Amino acid sequence: MEKLKQHIINKEESVIAITGLYKSFDDLKVLKGIDFNLFKGENVAVLGKSGTGKSVLIKIIVGLLKPDRGEVVVLGQHVDQLDGKELNALRLRIGFSFQNSALYDSMNVYQNLAFPLTMNVKNLGKKEVDDAVEDVLESVGLKDKLKQMPSDLSGGQRKRIGIARTLILKPEIMLYDEPTSGLDPITSAEIIELINEVQQKYNTSSVIITHDLTCAKNTGNRIAMLYEGKFLKFGTFEEVFKSDDEQVKGFYNYNFIQ
Amino acid sequence: MYHFKTKRYLFSKGLDEYFTGIHKAYQFTSLFFKEVFKRPFHLREVINQCFEVGLKSLALISLTGFIVGIVFTKQSRPSLEDFGATSWLPSLIGIAIIKALGPLVTALICAGKVGSSIGAELGSMKVTEQIDAMEVSAINPFKYLVVTRVVATTLTIPVLALYCSFVALYGSYLNVHAQETSSIISFYQSAFKTINFLDIATSVVKTIVYGFTIGIVGCYKGFYATQGTRGVGKAANQAVVLAMFLIFIEEVIIVQIANWIRYF
Repeated sequence: MEKLKQHIINKEESVIAITGLYKSFDDLKVLKGIDFNLFKGENVAVLGKSGTGKSVLIKIIVGLLKPDRGEVVVLGQHVDQLDGKELNALRLRIGFSFQNSALYDSMNVYQNLAFPLTMNVKNLGKKEVDDAVEDVLESVGLKDKLKQMPSDLSGGQRKRIGIARTLILKPEIMLYDEPTSGLDPITSAEIIELINEVQQKYNTSSVIITHDLTCAKNTGNRIAMLYEGKFLKFGTFEEVFKSDDEQVKGFYNYNFIQ
Repeated sequence: MYHFKTKRYLFSKGLDEYFTGIHKAYQFTSLFFKEVFKRPFHLREVINQCFEVGLKSLALISLTGFIVGIVFTKQSRPSLEDFGATSWLPSLIGIAIIKALGPLVTALICAGKVGSSIGAELGSMKVTEQIDAMEVSAINPFKYLVVTRVVATTLTIPVLALYCSFVALYGSYLNVHAQETSSIISFYQSAFKTINFLDIATSVVKTIVYGFTIGIVGCYKGFYATQGTRGVGKAANQAVVLAMFLIFIEEVIIVQIANWIRYF
């Protein structure tokens, strides 16, 4: 895994740049002034307890939620200033892997994968679609599951298909929402390996939202520790967890005991 | 130290939510009319949904229409017999079924069967983030899920209502035929004798409005479902209750307008 993490990161080129981001829901203040940078080719793991606003952060990046205040620039475009068409064009360059995979349960695996492609790319022949589906299925190691329905798949397989569905549009940025939650340690390790393989093969930059230290350590080139709506620490795994901060130590100890 | 948070409402929490709900429903309906004429039209999905709506309700509508025809004939006969006017039975049945019962029975069955199914399907897609997944894949979920379903119900329910009326008239004919032998052609001729163009047009308009109502209410309730599986059940339930309530209101309004036109 460490070998896979050796990846060319261009620290000159920032693909996501967030400054002074605030977001609240009614009286609940979730994000309280976030500054965040993701460089080209880099994986950043955002760690934090449940309810600290990790998922809110990536939903703002992809334009599913609007920020109250602050600047969100993704691939050179201000997300909150884009109209519908521009936002859709940007979304085609971003892959979003949902916590519960969010596979379309009325479609089989093939249809799930072909759907974003056929809806977004005009005049595609059946062979081209078949080839693209086969290619992404091979990337996630599930070539034999083509005709299965999502309900027939295991949790790990659903996560893989969810990732494959985003890969079919060849995104430049991948956003993973809790990729290892609810999985056993072996399947978690497989997903972690897949995330690193995706970074290598598709040359993506990724934000990995997680509360799993193993996942953060093995996927993140940098770690961001989110606590009560603000980043408590930002740096390499060693830099973050060598800290004397009680909150960071508490999180580390909890994961270690687990 | 305690912080007492006071939330300010314009009137009260309930009233504010009620008016916000009306505004949201208005925006949802407006968005439908804005999107329905825009490309892409997703014709294949519209046809799929038409089959779903039609096939799902066909058996139930056949059975209900048939029974309504028989029961209405059976119950009307004694009253007409008192006046020696049983020969008017086909005309009475024709008026009742074509002008009121056919469209209304179809709409109520579809509100229960199709409306709840749309509400539950979209609600479940909402709470499992499938709608968000569409949105982040640059697919317009409103266009793909809502517009196609509303168009399908608006097109299919008038056809189902027409079918229901014919089945109900056939049921009625069988009952009439059992009492006094008559041919099916003369029965249908008598049934349609008192029906004019305005009656047919009113029924068609009614069923189009009912179809639209069932589709838009089901989609609205499903699209804004919250609170997990409980929310899905609530969306399905509210889709039926609200659609039925609106159908009765629309019935009164359309009949009133038709009467104004008739006497104009």
